Amino acid sequence: MEEERKDKFLAPENEIRQVAAPDGSIIEVDPLEDYFTQERPKPYKVRKGPVENFLNWARAESLWVLGFGTGCGSIEIPPLVTPRYDMFRFGVQMRATPRQSNVFIISGYLSVKTLKRVIRTYEQMPSPKYVMGLGSCTINGGMYFDSYNTINRLDHYLPVDVYIAGCMPRPEALLAGFAKLKELIKEGKGHKANEYVENFDWYKDNQKKVINDWNMPDYNW
Amino acid sequence: MDYSIQKFLWTLLGLFIVLNWGFLMGSTMRRIGARLAGRVGVPIYQPWIDMIKMISLRTYLSHGVLYYIGPVFRLVGGIGMFLFMPVLVGSEIWSNYSFSGDLILLLYFQSFGMLGMALGASESGSPNATIGISRGLAQFAAVEVPMTLAVIAIAIQHHTFSFSEILDAQQGGFMNWTLFTNPLASIAGMLAMLGAMSHSPFNLVKAPNEIPIGPPTEYHSSFLSVLRTNSAIIHVVEAALFMNLFFGGADTWFMYIIKTFFVYFISVFIGMVFPRFKIEDSVRWFLKWPTVIGIIAVLVAAYWK
Repeated sequence: MEEERKDKFLAPENEIRQVAAPDGSIIEVDPLEDYFTQERPKPYKVRKGPVENFLNWARAESLWVLGFGTGCGSIEIPPLVTPRYDMFRFGVQMRATPRQSNVFIISGYLSVKTLKRVIRTYEQMPSPKYVMGLGSCTINGGMYFDSYNTINRLDHYLPVDVYIAGCMPRPEALLAGFAKLKELIKEGKGHKANEYVENFDWYKDNQKKVINDWNMPDYNW
Repeated sequence: MDYSIQKFLWTLLGLFIVLNWGFLMGSTMRRIGARLAGRVGVPIYQPWIDMIKMISLRTYLSHGVLYYIGPVFRLVGGIGMFLFMPVLVGSEIWSNYSFSGDLILLLYFQSFGMLGMALGASESGSPNATIGISRGLAQFAAVEVPMTLAVIAIAIQHHTFSFSEILDAQQGGFMNWTLFTNPLASIAGMLAMLGAMSHSPFNLVKAPNEIPIGPPTEYHSSFLSVLRTNSAIIHVVEAALFMNLFFGGADTWFMYIIKTFFVYFISVFIGMVFPRFKIEDSVRWFLKWPTVIGIIAVLVAAYWK
């Protein structure tokens, strides 16, 4: 079933195509095979002890945020870099690329179309990584609970570390969310990325249930 | 202990000091920028925490051999600049591995890291990296012109390509600094410095928020920590290069820290005031005034020698 769906909706850039090499020979390129890994993710080993506690402290004090405006909630992120809220004090910094960020703020509402991009981005981030659901829409759908095009519960699709309730939550609530996330990391509970990997099939099933045009590779790292 | 081993250990100690001073200087400048915007800014120890965090990440991915080598080349460029430049004037143990003609090698090392990084970053396959590289190489080609003209003018003035001799000629009061004995070359060189530091308005290579972060877009974890290490070293060493050329060098570590801070601060200060150039404007700018001043400096130096 999934194979059919994948074939049916394959994006043009992912189709098998013929490419001429510099020496004139023709090579067949299958982007899904050649450009993306087919290997399933593996959980990393969670260590314990004073060294790991120290590393957890460093991870908590240096949160690099991927600003991803998925819905109206993202308007609450820019005030964090203004003099009034100034998140840099707490070691929270914005990064422009998923490869370098640890915290993924997903601000509701989250439409199905955006969920695809969110999954691709989440999977590109190096572990340990943390997800913050911002706004009621990520918890239970909020005011979009019966919309045909938004998801209701984010933790069916990605493991979420911290939820920030509200519609809209104020920037102070976001700062409180960062403080809570720091607490969790320092206690050694910031390994939800492993949870995603261990329950990979369940998450993929849920994702593919809502995303009808799955025209991307199954794994995106 | 053997003299060469002793010398090696002193050089390593110098590198350690320069690295940590680079981190401290970076966070200090960020705090100054934050105060300008009315914020508090990052804690002063943030760069060290970031380093530990980056090294402690648990998943890695690679894009090939050159992807690994890119950051290493970049670091070699930074460390190479440190190794072949005297740190303190007239000090034997702090002269590192400087020799007659080290100035030419230093100019080479300046571009070496950039070229290595260009190889590594293009291997990552990110289009943002490619845009950053093409911009970086175009801008660096333009920056090299006034910088080389300034260096040639100074070399003609002092009849040498050796750093120690140029430094010795500048001793005995600030009126002996190249800044005052050869102001035209200094102006050309300091304008080129703005480009070499790649701070705003010439931060086209990384261009935060425009091409996400340029060449290092795909770099993460330990790769990024190597790049961060290099940027800490190279900011200090670049500042030291211009300090040695135009501001009479330093005879104590205290003076070294003060002078590199202010040389670096010039570029940060200008960066606070001016927004980013477009690449064509940047290249045109470097090939206009700094180059003209550099040519005049060479002509004047050649005429007065």
